[in-house]
Amino acid sequence: MLELTDVVAGYGPLQVLRRVSLGVQAGEIVCLLGGNAAGKSTTLKTVLGLVRPRAGSVALQGERIDGLATEDIVRRGIALVPESRRIFARMTVWENLEMGAYSRRQTAPAEIEEDRERVYGLFPRLKERATQHAGTMSGGEQQMLAIGRALMARPRLMLLDEPSMGLAPVLVEQVFDIIQAINRQGTTILVVEQNAAVALSIAHRGYVLQDGRIVMHGAAKELLDADDIRRAYLGED
Amino acid sequence: MDALGILPQQLVFGLALGAIYGLIALGYTMVYGILLMINFAHGELFMIGAYVGWAVLVWLINAGFGGLHPVWVVPVMLLMAMSLSGLLGMTLERFAYRPLYTRGATRLGPLISAVGASIFLQNAVMLTMGARMKVYMTSVLFPRSWYVQVGSVRVSVLVLMMISVALLLMWLLNVLVQRTTLGRCMRAVAEDREVAAVMGVNVRRVIAVTFLLGSALGGAAGVLVGLYYTQIDFFMGYSAGLKAFTAAVLGGIGNLKGAMVGGLVLGVIESLAVTFLNPAYRDVVAFVVLILVLVFRPTGLLGETVPQTNKV
Amino acid sequence: MKVMPATRRQVGLAAACAVAALVLPLLAPNDYVVGVAARISLYATLALGLNVVVGFAGLLDIGYVAFFGIGSYLYAFVASPHFGIHLPFLMALPLVVLGTALFGILIGAPTLRLGGDYLAIVTLGFGEITYLLLLNLDRPINITNGPSGIIEIDPPALFGHVMSGNTAYYYLFLVVLALALAACHRLQHSRIGWAWQAIREDELAARVMGINTTVAKLQAFAIGASFAGFAGALLASWQRSVFPENFLFTESINVLAMVIIGGMGSLAGVVLGAIVIVALPEVFRDLQAYRLLVFGLMLMVLMIFRPQGLLVPRSVSTAAKE
Repeated sequence: MLELTDVVAGYGPLQVLRRVSLGVQAGEIVCLLGGNAAGKSTTLKTVLGLVRPRAGSVALQGERIDGLATEDIVRRGIALVPESRRIFARMTVWENLEMGAYSRRQTAPAEIEEDRERVYGLFPRLKERATQHAGTMSGGEQQMLAIGRALMARPRLMLLDEPSMGLAPVLVEQVFDIIQAINRQGTTILVVEQNAAVALSIAHRGYVLQDGRIVMHGAAKELLDADDIRRAYLGED
Repeated sequence: MDALGILPQQLVFGLALGAIYGLIALGYTMVYGILLMINFAHGELFMIGAYVGWAVLVWLINAGFGGLHPVWVVPVMLLMAMSLSGLLGMTLERFAYRPLYTRGATRLGPLISAVGASIFLQNAVMLTMGARMKVYMTSVLFPRSWYVQVGSVRVSVLVLMMISVALLLMWLLNVLVQRTTLGRCMRAVAEDREVAAVMGVNVRRVIAVTFLLGSALGGAAGVLVGLYYTQIDFFMGYSAGLKAFTAAVLGGIGNLKGAMVGGLVLGVIESLAVTFLNPAYRDVVAFVVLILVLVFRPTGLLGETVPQTNKV
Repeated sequence: MKVMPATRRQVGLAAACAVAALVLPLLAPNDYVVGVAARISLYATLALGLNVVVGFAGLLDIGYVAFFGIGSYLYAFVASPHFGIHLPFLMALPLVVLGTALFGILIGAPTLRLGGDYLAIVTLGFGEITYLLLLNLDRPINITNGPSGIIEIDPPALFGHVMSGNTAYYYLFLVVLALALAACHRLQHSRIGWAWQAIREDELAARVMGINTTVAKLQAFAIGASFAGFAGALLASWQRSVFPENFLFTESINVLAMVIIGGMGSLAGVVLGAIVIVALPEVFRDLQAYRLLVFGLMLMVLMIFRPQGLLVPRSVSTAAKE
């Protein structure tokens, strides 16, 4: 579904991604691992068009999307759960979810309402706080909102940027269980993580990014085994 | 003492003045809230609105109101002024500001460009409309004798109209921002531009609309000021702009409700100060207020509302 | 942040300019031209002061003329019949400079810790207020003599000679300009100069590096005010009169334009800017009315197409910020 080929990207004179190639098949969960400043977030930003690649290409279901405006890319069925949640703190839960469905605003309100109910079903706590300002919620609740917001776009591909960041281990488990459940319902997942262990526990395949280059990739099981050796790289940074 | 006797009257004037400051302040605060930039040329958009209103009024009076019932004159003036100011504001954003803030230039760049735009517009109006002031023939619409007496206070219908129009526009803006999808998009972009883009929002368009609305409100304020003070000149945007910005900061920059509240408070303060002190220092009042706010409560009365991140 | 040694060409160019400046009065067709040249030198010094604030430290001050006015009036207070004080030139100068610097600190202290945009507005307001005060402080006690200004200011007397004639003033201003250029050059490459550059590029990073940004910015502001005070004193002693009209907002914009045209931070650029801004209206006398219009347009266009100005300073950073 998603294909990055030899992508070179960065900010200004700073080069972050040096010829990165990776692919995500429909229905998979793929994780992108690496330490700080390896280029994980930049990879997602490049997919979303927030960063324009200097070389290489990004393709969604065969169609090239690098160079397109972010709003056009997103409309093709990609949603993001940003790093550290980044929910709209000054809006209510309801409004956040509404914004999540913005790329589908042409759709009938009834359908969007359905999706909202589905999100509430998945995260009952959000329904309780529907009219509460998102900024007043706890980190875990905000993470749920961020995921729920992404779900509102009914994406074919969901990108998650370090969903475990800043969450207690129990919550991390919950979050990744939910990600797995979402995948089983048909959404392709690309999750970027520093916490290799939990990411690999639900992923089908994985890539390891270091200094802007893919240094390892393969089935999740393989990576987990090799992880004993790589733990020095991927462990606490 | 005589001053105390006219206090209620001055308070009413203060509210009228404050309503106008609020309208102009909204334009500043909306743009600042979304771009973290002071649109220096905003005062000039207010001034141009005043001139447009004047031109429309003159034309209508000469054309015998063109068959319209007099009550429609002010709405027509407002509509024309708001449209032109709004469009001009959008044009300014598109050509003078956008190339700069998308390039990620230092904050100095857009600021200097805005100062340049301000000077350009001032002089453009001076050269085309003449350096001498223009007169609003308000008395044709609102005879001086037309007033309402409430206790010891005599409020002219003109002032009532001004306050009503200002409050109505503010209310409409509030509804738009709080209840509509567009408003939600504006709030989203103001809070986190990057994430808003990821939600599928066309950020450039939202910014353009923000300028459109903010500038339109400034233009409306220009018409109201013209009707009230009856004299307008090409330089009026300068001091009005300064004061309106003070009002925005007073209420909390980026905060829409803050701009409205700040405007009213500043208007009342200025009116009271002028009653008790030397009127020549009228403009000094706003400046003193600004310094006090910045020193003691920089986030303003209602707290500032600025973007969390500023990428894209 | 390396400073490249001046190339042979640059030194040669500077020397040529210096020689040209020195012999100008001899080559000038008439005294009026010398007067213009004197004006250019004076304003160049003024612009160098603003350059310290805007170009070095990155603080947008658009009410700079206030300090110019304060300096002028302070000099008028101590060297004219207005208050009956007649201090000699060399004694009045440091007083005026100090006094103006004090105002700089007064206005900077509360506002410099806030964002650059706020500073711009506050300085704008300050400029406006100063003008109003100069215009109105003739009641209830007469401090500034209101719209009539202060006249019959003493001309400078150096070593017994009373100055008169544009040529004498021209050389005086040239000397001052040379001193100012030297001072700016030293500042630019001093520790505080590096601090300013760091603050200009990224204030947060500068603070993280341990620079006390508030103090550094205040110093820039005070130094800028001092330059303006100095220039103001010179103006007062040359024109032998000061009026509030000399210090309108448009003057702030003029000086700002001088700094920006040449490229913020570049010393040569500032001088070039002064030449352009002062000389151009002389050349295009008829188009005076359009002058400001063109200014405004030029500021916008310059920012879009050539934000670095016409001359780029040597130690400029290359990374475009995100």
